[in-house]
Amino acid sequence: MNQLQNLTKGFFKENPILVLVLGTCPTLATSSSALNGMGMGIATTFVLIGSNVVISLLSNVIPDKVRIPAFIVVIASFVTVVDLVMQAFVPALYEALGIFIPLIVVNCIVLGRAEAYASKNSVFSSFIDGLGMGLGFTMALGILGAFRELVGSGSILGHKFISGDGVLVFILAPGAFWALGYLIALINRIKRS
Amino acid sequence: MEYILIIISAVFINNVVLAQFLGICPFLGVSNKVNTALGMAGAVTFVIVLATMVTYLIQVYVLNKLGIAFMQTITFILVIAALVQMVEIILKKISQPLYQALGIFLPLITTNCAVLGVAILVIKKNYNLLEGVVYGASIAVGFGLALIILAGIREQLELVNIPKGMKGVPISLVIAGILALAFMGFTGIVK
Repeated sequence: MNQLQNLTKGFFKENPILVLVLGTCPTLATSSSALNGMGMGIATTFVLIGSNVVISLLSNVIPDKVRIPAFIVVIASFVTVVDLVMQAFVPALYEALGIFIPLIVVNCIVLGRAEAYASKNSVFSSFIDGLGMGLGFTMALGILGAFRELVGSGSILGHKFISGDGVLVFILAPGAFWALGYLIALINRIKRS
Repeated sequence: MEYILIIISAVFINNVVLAQFLGICPFLGVSNKVNTALGMAGAVTFVIVLATMVTYLIQVYVLNKLGIAFMQTITFILVIAALVQMVEIILKKISQPLYQALGIFLPLITTNCAVLGVAILVIKKNYNLLEGVVYGASIAVGFGLALIILAGIREQLELVNIPKGMKGVPISLVIAGILALAFMGFTGIVK
């Protein structure tokens, strides 16, 4: 597989949220607006790239039996870095995402890529894989966030397009489930045709 | 009285799955049958209560004492992973029936974000140990409640003709949304 295909497989064909249905907790919780969704996506992308590169570098050193705990320590270190950096430089976004920043540690996408890809491939391929998967995740979160923000309050990224209050329920919890449910159904439909 | 408020708030108003979005993966993954849902709920309750206690003590007596509270994420996830492994080994030794009932769910629980989420929330909310344990247990009950309701509905859905694209995850998410809407009715009971 060439590197371009490696990069773009995360966008649609193996999109972590819409096709593999991984990492649904942060998806539902942080997609209440386009900005929150993309902020979460970028934070996760950073962790994915970092952990993929380090795990790929260390894959010959880590004994097979303790690989999962070792992977988790690497991932948790990058999450701590992201946590501290966001707290320092984007406090508003940090507040909005709240507990879901430390919870990137248990995001199945990150550990999934470490186990399924980074531990078996070269450093550069793992870097590209992490970048592609992260961008796919960010893209899905951005689309979902933009949709919920548009229907819920009539605006995207804070710019108001539709006057009036919007359907508030789409910003609240039920709207998150519905939006993701119908988006996945739509992707299934497109995949079949 | 304080404890009753914590329990009602954690089970109904801020339901862990339907309002806080923690533990969605097992919520969608093991909600096919009521029996497996019951097993998962039991295992999660067990691990959450134990993990809340241990992580609380570590936070107070180790991390805060040494002034390394920023190591919280790394420490907690390792403690939870080790704890789950230990519970599995001990259960296998002392209670074979319980192990058979909960065993297959235990490895899955390490990556259940509800466990780590509750551990962090207890510290964030400045609960004491007893409040933390009560909170953890009620969160687990709320998780079990949501899981069993969804499993019951999904068992009925197998008899219905659903459009192909909606089968599986999408229809479960739409039902979860309706459940979340119903649970929003509890808002305002407790301030």
